[in-house]
Amino acid sequence: MTLPQGARERRVRTGGIELCVAELGDPGRPTVVLVHGYPDSKEVWSEVATRLADRHGLHVVLYDVRGHGRSGAPKPLRGGFTLEKLTDDFLTVADAVSPDRPVHLVGHDWGSVQAWEFVTVRRTEGRIASFTSMSGPSLDHFGHWIDKRVKRPTPRRVGQLLGQGAKSWYVYLLHTPALPELAWRGPLGKRWPGILRRMEKVPTGAYPTPSLPSDAAHGAWLYRDNVRSRLRRPRSDAHAHAPVQLITPLEDRFLSERLYDELEEWVPNLTRRTIAAGHWIPRTRPDQVASWIDDFVTSVEQERAGEAAGQGREQGGGPVRTAAAGRYAERFGGRLVLVTGAGSGIGRATAFAFAEAGARVIAVDRDAEAAARTAELSRLIGAPGAWAETVDVSDEQAMEKLAAKVHTEHGVLDVLVNNAGIGLSGSFFDTTSDDWRKVLDVNLWGVIHGCRLFGRHMAERGQGGHIVNTASAAAYQPSKALPAYSTSKAAVLMLSECLRAELAGQGIGVSAICPGLVNTNITDTATFVGVDAEEERRRQKRSTRAYGLRNYPPEKVADAILRAVLLDEAVVPVTPEARVSYALSRFLPRALRALARVGPPL
Amino acid sequence: MRKWCGERGVRDWFHLPFAWFGDRTAFTGFRIPLQFFPTDRRLEPGMPFILLAPVYEGYTADVGYSGALGGHPVQERLLADLEAHRELILREVRERRSLREIYADVDSLMARQGYANRHRAYPFGVIAHKVDRVRERRFSPRVFGFGTQSLKGLVADALHGHREGWSPLWSPYRFSDHPPRPGLWAVEPHLGFRGTGAKFEEILVVTDSDDPRESAFWLDDDLPHVRRWAERKAQGMPKHEVEDE
Repeated sequence: MTLPQGARERRVRTGGIELCVAELGDPGRPTVVLVHGYPDSKEVWSEVATRLADRHGLHVVLYDVRGHGRSGAPKPLRGGFTLEKLTDDFLTVADAVSPDRPVHLVGHDWGSVQAWEFVTVRRTEGRIASFTSMSGPSLDHFGHWIDKRVKRPTPRRVGQLLGQGAKSWYVYLLHTPALPELAWRGPLGKRWPGILRRMEKVPTGAYPTPSLPSDAAHGAWLYRDNVRSRLRRPRSDAHAHAPVQLITPLEDRFLSERLYDELEEWVPNLTRRTIAAGHWIPRTRPDQVASWIDDFVTSVEQERAGEAAGQGREQGGGPVRTAAAGRYAERFGGRLVLVTGAGSGIGRATAFAFAEAGARVIAVDRDAEAAARTAELSRLIGAPGAWAETVDVSDEQAMEKLAAKVHTEHGVLDVLVNNAGIGLSGSFFDTTSDDWRKVLDVNLWGVIHGCRLFGRHMAERGQGGHIVNTASAAAYQPSKALPAYSTSKAAVLMLSECLRAELAGQGIGVSAICPGLVNTNITDTATFVGVDAEEERRRQKRSTRAYGLRNYPPEKVADAILRAVLLDEAVVPVTPEARVSYALSRFLPRALRALARVGPPL
Repeated sequence: MRKWCGERGVRDWFHLPFAWFGDRTAFTGFRIPLQFFPTDRRLEPGMPFILLAPVYEGYTADVGYSGALGGHPVQERLLADLEAHRELILREVRERRSLREIYADVDSLMARQGYANRHRAYPFGVIAHKVDRVRERRFSPRVFGFGTQSLKGLVADALHGHREGWSPLWSPYRFSDHPPRPGLWAVEPHLGFRGTGAKFEEILVVTDSDDPRESAFWLDDDLPHVRRWAERKAQGMPKHEVEDE
């Protein structure tokens, strides 16, 4: 038995079949019904269900779809799996577990396909409070999607059609008679856990369950009973009557993300989420899935409570807080981000950009006031939570304390931005060993501490994540004026590349950002060695002025950082001059060396 | 707004009234100063706005306020933080610091507060400009929305100043590297923060008095935003102030 401790099982009769239903958590809380896909049984949800019940305190219900797990199978199988019958099953379960209140529905794969039917037919109205869909489109919407692309083909539409057509190879195979059953009950059933482990990186232990061969054999009728008829004659009234949250895994082998392009037509109240993972996110990303389900359930419950109290949306006099839209919000909403050096410049702009996307932000800076200000403004512009921490990244013990505090109070980071850095300019021979230590301590050791302390937890959690290190264009562009700074940043660049290689297998991306000349206060606080204090002040002013005239805003670097996380980019030169010198460093390194001899006009 | 002023005796404009709504308050995407002028955008609840205005009976009263319909947390914060700028400008003008230095100090205070300097987008990047009496004429043409009479005054001042080493425009550039000239200055610091902007435009009176309190003062201290700051202090609400030392 792979269901968690404390699960209460019962059997519910519907249409001559007994369904196996399991419950966790307090029945007085909002009810979440989890529907599994193909070829799975309700145990696919075990990780998510425990988190929803224990961490988020919800009442969680799972059931084996007819023919799967420990539920009975219809006789005969043909015609026993139509969407109408599956809807009967759902209503029976919902009435049994939550007779008075509508339930929050969550579906994965075929569970989502059938849940789309539940949420778009009239007879379930008032029984569903919300629906979270993962990797399973509505067959009706899919039918219209195909129809539109066949009837009005453009090159792009044809491409989308062929792309999804190729991803659906297994659907065609499942329509052949008897063969799938033979394969599943034979060699495929035996090999399946290994395939899942290798291809989909799904941790397999107690999952899949021993019932897999018969689940998969019966489940073939889900396809045979519904796919052809629905795709040929899709319903035209398949509009959702509850708010829908769509979680799209971007590396799904079986479903194209383009399928959901026109979903707003069918769903008036749609929240989109994306996640960089494969098809089986309930197994590979349970933390994220559970927290998104909880967020959505909470927001829907609040809205319902507000409506019940007759207040509508205008309460409080403030503007309506609409969820941030856009691809950053889809990806970073509710995720935990830590930014070092967040008191000014690129770090602050990055914290704001994540905050605007709806992420929870931890702003770290050695200037307590600046960090607090970043956190406060982050909350104002949309972060559901923002905290300030005063830490010097070069201080190993302080960083260890910070890591311990963050992990106990907020959990494992989803994105780490090692951004804190200081500038130092001057001849190599004027740079004392103390100067070297100062630069390396912050610029290199700060990054090492960050990656070591937070990256380890990320890797151990095994649910992906991303590390961004702020290097510099100076990392690949030599200069006689910046020997220590460039060395520290080159080390950061190489560290990022090595770490990227090491963490690739665990779904954790590492990006090195090389901004170039950006208008921040790094020039104002930079050290100029080999000159007296007055001359140093003068040079700080001159360089600040030069950077100010260049006027490349840190907000654009922040945008590059978010994009790097979104697209998992390895090395990102940001300003045009950084891009040019990056190209030169690869194709014309001698030109760059000549440039290195020219001192900046200070 | 133009009509309302016209009915009340306004015959000429320093510039036509501006009204910026929504993300135009932060000059999102503005590249040239002519994009200031009004568009057809409608004010909606929760949208921040900024209003500026005109000349009356020969006295330029270039003033402006901002606010938001129905409350806007980000703009409320911006407005609260403008107080530090009002104090900073007055203190440093009394100290007779060079205009360019004061400009730089305002800039760095904005940076510390986490905001962007949006008056940089004004013509010549000015934070303030001199205003003066203009002759009232029946014919008052405008160039790009700025009143020619007032522009003439500015240009005349600029020529004078150029010879004497001062400028009627308070900008970040070298020609503003001088202590403030006596006269009326329309000061308009403008903060921007991620698609929301806030500013005030007020008349700062600079005299040649030796008494620091008399040497410079705000023409009017009974203004909506000043009252709001006072109210907030009276209520003892946590006023988050960033140090400006």
